[in-house]
Amino acid sequence: MIPAEFKYLCPSSVDEAVRMLIQEGEDAKIIAGGQSLVPVLRMRLAAPTALIDIGGLTELTGVRDDGDSLLIGAMTTHYEVQRDHLIQDHAMLLKLVTDTVADPQVRHRGTFGGSLCHADPAGDLLAPALALDAVMIIAGPSGRREVPASEFFVDYFETALAPDEILIDVRVPKYTGWGAHYEKLNRVAQAWSIVAVAAAVQVRGGTIAAARVGLTNVGAGPVRATDVEAALVGQPATAESISSAALRASSGDSYKDNLARVLTDRALMAAVAG
Amino acid sequence: MKISVNVDGVTYADEVEARLLLVHYLRERLGKTGTVVGCDTGNCGACTVHLDGHSIKSCQMFAVQANGHEVTTIEGLARDGKLHPVQEAFRNNHALQCGFCTPGMIMQAIDLLADESDPDDETVRKGLEGNLCRCTGYQNIVRAVQDAAQRMKPGAGPKIEQHSDEHVTAQQPVGGE
Amino acid sequence: MTATAEPEVGKARLRKEDARLITGQTTWTDNIQLTGMLHMAVLRSPVAHARIRHIDCSRATAMPGVAIVLTGEDLAAEQGSLPCAWPITEDMKAPAAPALAVDQVNFAGEAVALVIADNAYRAADALAAIDVDYDELPVVLDLEEALQDQDLVHPDLGTNKCATWVLDSAEAGSGTNVEDEIASAEVVLERTFRQQRLIPSFMEPRSVVVDPSAGMFTVWSATQIPHILRWMLSAVTGIAEHKIRVIAPDVGGGFGGKLQVTPEELLCLLVARRMGRPVKWTESRTESMLSAHHGRDQIQKITLSARRDGTVTGLKVELLADMGAYLRLVTPGIPILGAFMFNAIYKFAAYRFVCTNVFTNKVPTDAYRGAGRPEATFAIERMMDELAVELDMDPMRVRELNWIKHEEFPFTTVAGMTYDSGNYEAATARAMELFDYEALREEQQRRRSSRDPVQIGIGISTYTEMCGLAPSRVLGALRYAAGGWESASIRMLPTGKVEVITGTSPHGQGHETVWSQIVADRLGVPFEDVEVLHGDTASSHRGMDSYGSRSLAVGGTALVHAADKVLAKARRLAAHMMECDEADVEFATGSFSVRGTSTVRTLGDVVLAAHVAHDLPEGMEPGMDADATFDPDNFSFPHGTHLCATEVDTQTGMVRIRSYVAVDDVGTVVNPLIVDGQVHGGLAQGIAQALYEEAIHDEMGTLTTATFADYLVPSAADLPAFMTARTSTPATSNPLGVKGVGEAGTIASTPAVVNGVLDAVRHLGVRDIEMPLSPERVWTALQGGAADASTPAAGGLGSIDAQGGQS
Repeated sequence: MIPAEFKYLCPSSVDEAVRMLIQEGEDAKIIAGGQSLVPVLRMRLAAPTALIDIGGLTELTGVRDDGDSLLIGAMTTHYEVQRDHLIQDHAMLLKLVTDTVADPQVRHRGTFGGSLCHADPAGDLLAPALALDAVMIIAGPSGRREVPASEFFVDYFETALAPDEILIDVRVPKYTGWGAHYEKLNRVAQAWSIVAVAAAVQVRGGTIAAARVGLTNVGAGPVRATDVEAALVGQPATAESISSAALRASSGDSYKDNLARVLTDRALMAAVAG
Repeated sequence: MKISVNVDGVTYADEVEARLLLVHYLRERLGKTGTVVGCDTGNCGACTVHLDGHSIKSCQMFAVQANGHEVTTIEGLARDGKLHPVQEAFRNNHALQCGFCTPGMIMQAIDLLADESDPDDETVRKGLEGNLCRCTGYQNIVRAVQDAAQRMKPGAGPKIEQHSDEHVTAQQPVGGE
Repeated sequence: MTATAEPEVGKARLRKEDARLITGQTTWTDNIQLTGMLHMAVLRSPVAHARIRHIDCSRATAMPGVAIVLTGEDLAAEQGSLPCAWPITEDMKAPAAPALAVDQVNFAGEAVALVIADNAYRAADALAAIDVDYDELPVVLDLEEALQDQDLVHPDLGTNKCATWVLDSAEAGSGTNVEDEIASAEVVLERTFRQQRLIPSFMEPRSVVVDPSAGMFTVWSATQIPHILRWMLSAVTGIAEHKIRVIAPDVGGGFGGKLQVTPEELLCLLVARRMGRPVKWTESRTESMLSAHHGRDQIQKITLSARRDGTVTGLKVELLADMGAYLRLVTPGIPILGAFMFNAIYKFAAYRFVCTNVFTNKVPTDAYRGAGRPEATFAIERMMDELAVELDMDPMRVRELNWIKHEEFPFTTVAGMTYDSGNYEAATARAMELFDYEALREEQQRRRSSRDPVQIGIGISTYTEMCGLAPSRVLGALRYAAGGWESASIRMLPTGKVEVITGTSPHGQGHETVWSQIVADRLGVPFEDVEVLHGDTASSHRGMDSYGSRSLAVGGTALVHAADKVLAKARRLAAHMMECDEADVEFATGSFSVRGTSTVRTLGDVVLAAHVAHDLPEGMEPGMDADATFDPDNFSFPHGTHLCATEVDTQTGMVRIRSYVAVDDVGTVVNPLIVDGQVHGGLAQGIAQALYEEAIHDEMGTLTTATFADYLVPSAADLPAFMTARTSTPATSNPLGVKGVGEAGTIASTPAVVNGVLDAVRHLGVRDIEMPLSPERVWTALQGGAADASTPAAGGLGSIDAQGGQS
């Protein structure tokens, strides 16, 4: 399978990339790691007139400490996220989720920001980004703006990014000392999850002080299980209270509803144990 | 577009179409037909090569994106007529049948061993989850990778293949704890 | 020349093939570059059933680099009809099968136009510029509905029913009447199973290069069957057979999927002839899945009668087999290969097999690893478990009660096959020992009583199969168009080195290694001194190629016979050289000697003497080459006992294989390393049918599993480590004592896994689950819902939106 022709542009700064987006119009596209985009181009499911490759923008790479939060450069690869000490110390959930993204080769090229912008509801990073109250830092023609994850994921494969905007950084509050787990059910290792649950829990003196729960692939975008989170706060960190709270992950009786409840239960149990 | 890519130790300068996939550049332009194409979606891993010492799927990237980088293919592993220990292990453990997945499988196995010097069965299986084989049921591939781990001495193989975690983290801005 | 002391047969020789494969020095068809070569790209129908009203090629033709754009109309006069070599009945309905659709398309993926351009990228661009106007027709997909003949795939045939084929033990005289057995039975079980459609998924996409220069057509193809392909290309095009040379270079897997004469092979040949230039076509993975033949796809209605003591009496098999839209090379015969195997290792008094082949608007089916026998084995092994449940007996006990005892061989079955050798007791005993059957049964009880969310089950498959295709007379009786013999030649070179030419065509099986071992042993030459040539009709003009686990049992035997001919002539010459009577010549480890003396001539001495021909016995021709062709008088019948312990997570429906033991009896083993490898790979494919793989067509007839993101070929992370062992009862039908091993693992493993899963959840009220046993299907069955409820798992390329954001 062979992609259609396109114009290839290599900006040397974020601002130049934004100018290129404006200049090339709506049919231009940013290419980051390209691990979702290249297959789409090869299958000719999309045929952008121009690709703007931000692979050379090293300022978009890496994880920085920013006081109460971490700043994760949009072009940080999954492989780098997996190995980053700041992430392991303050956002362990992201590491655990990233460990399950695609396969090692894809993790070497694929990027944290690219996955979020692709907004595949089966993509692994959306649910934790939502659950952890990540904030997207976006560059556009009128400067920078910040969009919380809860407003960023709009629909299937659709985000709040305007055609002339680029995601440059993701701010993630620190969850230092929280237990975390990602419980993912897929048919084969390479398949997207049928349902997956990302959970982070803060336990103090045997009591759940706070909890974050995000569901993958149960809707048009990631879903935050706020009922479950609310039901957990102040409860003892026991199997009983977790199982009872997990029942609030969904109300239907479909297979996916069942998985949402079962996997939430398991994710929380493992997060508390971890 | 004009690109300059070092492949298996040789620097090539070529004019390429932007849409030329890296794997087609390797196969059609450089004659590096040891690297093959098995699918359209990045699932099979047959096209796996190393870019700056890390495994990637060469059908999932454009040749222009490799501009200024170093690529190692299956054809660049053996040095001075001596096979890479992973190549040896694949042969010694009957880890291939038709051999079509083998170049990608070997390149990924080398990457895996760079990160995990003594992997258990599950670690090998997870590390190869991006490479499909239809012949072997993977049993002997897993065995070969573990066997290779035992044979590999520090410093084996070409230089570009030698890297450590520090190499990755050192690229990143330093933050406080 | 040194002699080999240790026998080569039985030795775990490392493969000769590997040196090129591990270094990237391989010759895949797609690697071939010829001067002036054009590239062919194929436009495929997006619709499953339609009249072609009009094809507008004008935009495509005008594009840069495009040499020509061709439609079915352009080739109608020369393309003929793709061959079907197995008309199973006299009145079988067979539609014309144009390589390029002329006025109608009958499945989504069928070729409708060709672009020939100077490179593959430009050819792909021009494909997108061809406009085809389709008049859609009603789509026929469901087998049972198709038989109603409401809508017809091929209106000119007047029906969707292709043929009905019957084997009846009462009529054949091999048993009693099955209806009588059923009527008088104490127990009658009726079950319906679905063999889902699979895609062979060889790793190397198919590729063809045709060079028309020098008054010959040289065809390189990623095929399993260079010899058959040459014959068929000649038959279809009228090009004289001696003007076609077919080469199968390194071929990356086949599994039956490259046992085909493909539209693209024919089209490349026609285009090369028309253009007078070399032409290459290499498919994408999606093209492969949309147009290369699929496998399986049957509905099996099985009736089994038995006595309360567990003795089986009658077996009635009623099959509907999906042909897809056309009959490819052996499409209609595939389900018939199962006809002789439903009775398996069990002593039924009566047997009746009726198979109805049906046309649908889907990709044609044909051979896929096992071809007819996995379907049969699945059905009978599931039924033996059903009988055990019905009678509340241990499932292994039920099998033991009914299987052929080792002292009863040779045994002629109710289906008319004579099993030459086997020992089901021995293989089973070994498997039970390795598996620790009793301990697992105890754990199962514990988990049941504690209502553990993870239940375990034990699946059994005591399979046999028939392979080593095949005695030519049997193939003839089954109306197959060709024979089942195989040929081999040995060329003794003046320096004592040996060239072997084989008619088999390996694509991963390691013939270069194993054939070298056989010759080294037979002739007493070093393993390294043997070179095996194959897959080129110019060097090997005669052969029936590789499929049906036939290469060693049939082709290896031909090789033994050729070696024996070399030795017979060499012995005569040696006697002449040593001035003794031929009866006094002894041959051992590569040397001839005169009994009772120290006079010795090595085979090399004798070969050189034959080559220079200075002093030959009266009437002896120079040279020491030999040819042999072997036609077996029976199939080979490998068998074994496979045991699979499955864990079922009852909360999610997820199945995990905890342990898998395979004990196989494949007769004599030439190279244990290669045999183990064949078993491992076979197991993986059989397990994949049980748990993962399924080709799904939507209601419009579009294949929705046309990528590896959607068609779930398992990775290393999805499969367990296997424990394999062997017992051995040599085959009596060939001098090596070998039985085929290529398909055994696949045939055996599917029912072992499914039986294991059902054993884990049957006490929870589950009676059956359709394959593949996806977590959703298992969970739904556990909820008491329809076990066949299925929505494909989310994700996959189907979920990618072209308007996606940055990625």
